[in-house]
Amino acid sequence: MTVFPFLVVAWIVAVGLYGLITSRDLIHQIVCLIVVQSSTYVLLLGVGYVTGGVAPYFYDIGRRALAVDPVVQALALTDVVVEAAVTALLLSLAVQAHKRFGTLDPHDLAEFKG
Amino acid sequence: MTPKARRWLFAIGMAGLVACYLWAFHGLPGFGNYPGPYGPEILSRAIPETNATGVVSAINFDYRGFDTVGEEFILFAAAAGMSVVLRRLRGEREQEQDHSPADEVMHRNVAPTSSALRVAALILVGPTALIGWWLATHAQTNPSGGFQGGVILASAFMLVYLSGESIAFRRLSPVHLLDVAEAMGAGGFAAVGLAAVVQGLPFLYNYLPLGQSPGAVSSSGTIALISFLVGIEVAAAFMLIVGELLEQTLLRREGSS
Amino acid sequence: MTPHAVMQVLQVVALVLVAVGATVVVRTRERVRLVIALSAYGMLLAILFFVFQAPDVTLSELTVGAIALPLILLLAISKVRKPQ
Repeated sequence: MTVFPFLVVAWIVAVGLYGLITSRDLIHQIVCLIVVQSSTYVLLLGVGYVTGGVAPYFYDIGRRALAVDPVVQALALTDVVVEAAVTALLLSLAVQAHKRFGTLDPHDLAEFKG
Repeated sequence: MTPKARRWLFAIGMAGLVACYLWAFHGLPGFGNYPGPYGPEILSRAIPETNATGVVSAINFDYRGFDTVGEEFILFAAAAGMSVVLRRLRGEREQEQDHSPADEVMHRNVAPTSSALRVAALILVGPTALIGWWLATHAQTNPSGGFQGGVILASAFMLVYLSGESIAFRRLSPVHLLDVAEAMGAGGFAAVGLAAVVQGLPFLYNYLPLGQSPGAVSSSGTIALISFLVGIEVAAAFMLIVGELLEQTLLRREGSS
Repeated sequence: MTPHAVMQVLQVVALVLVAVGATVVVRTRERVRLVIALSAYGMLLAILFFVFQAPDVTLSELTVGAIALPLILLLAISKVRKPQ
């Protein structure tokens, strides 16, 4: 249990990269990028966890309670929302590629230059 | 390179990467034994210094506010980039056809949405917008904040689209208004930080009065104000993104490009 | 069982579900099924973040990963579909 979350992170990265490389569709590749990025959230929260800690919100519990690390939560929080916007930008580029070249297969798209 | 050779190359590279990963994790102190001084230090200082009981939002908008400005401008740039890419495409297409998108929609034979879906979606728009607004303005007390509240606020408008009223959606969210709202949110955040510089304090210093009791709504200085502005900006950015994609979908495609 | 043991069991179960969910998302090839799988994966991730005592990140992941992102993906997919 002390190392299991990090093994899961390594597994998600491997699986996501495998899907990215063996994909025949640009949309599927973008979704695999999302999966790889989600592994970083699990890693961040796994690093900051304190056994027996509670969430760092003290509105209704005492201030001396043992809490998990709030800094990594702040990082992961803004990360999740910004990732969606960047994915939307990637999708618009994929739509543009489809309109120009008529195909979304990365093997065929690699042939075009410029 | 054939696909099979590519897979073997990937397997070798991935084995190397996973080996490096596992070697790196070996040096970590293990899950649950967080050693570092940063976390407990901030936890002990956050409430006395900022009067905000939601420590994560205090970190996001006060202690590490500079990172949040950067992230917000990434969001802004992504929405703007999408507009640039897709609007140019639409400009080319509309010159070929010279219909307006409303005419296109009349001619599409689209299955009408069922009344149950329409009623359920439209009933939920009001409460969803209220919840999003509440979340965006209560960053200092609860697990909430500008980012989540903004996305929920945008999804309230997406409900209007999902209930089949796409023309109403486009009328409710005119693009120039959304551009202004997004710019106001992003610029407002930077302006709050610059106002601190004008007073001779560091950028994004928390200079507004901190309020009486920790965790009240009007407490914690600039944190509540920044969270509100971020909520507006995120909502406008997401509505712009969906609106741009929607404009494209409503154009009928004739043949290949 | 002590509360700590219950928490550990929940965390292990959530981690296993997330690993399985990532595999399912990557192995799905058809586009619309991919979007549904991604939405379910987002919900599993939200459960994982909740069990890791991070309610803020849970809220973000739920709204973005299970609602906004699949909607954006579906709109983009409908644009690159062959005309019928």
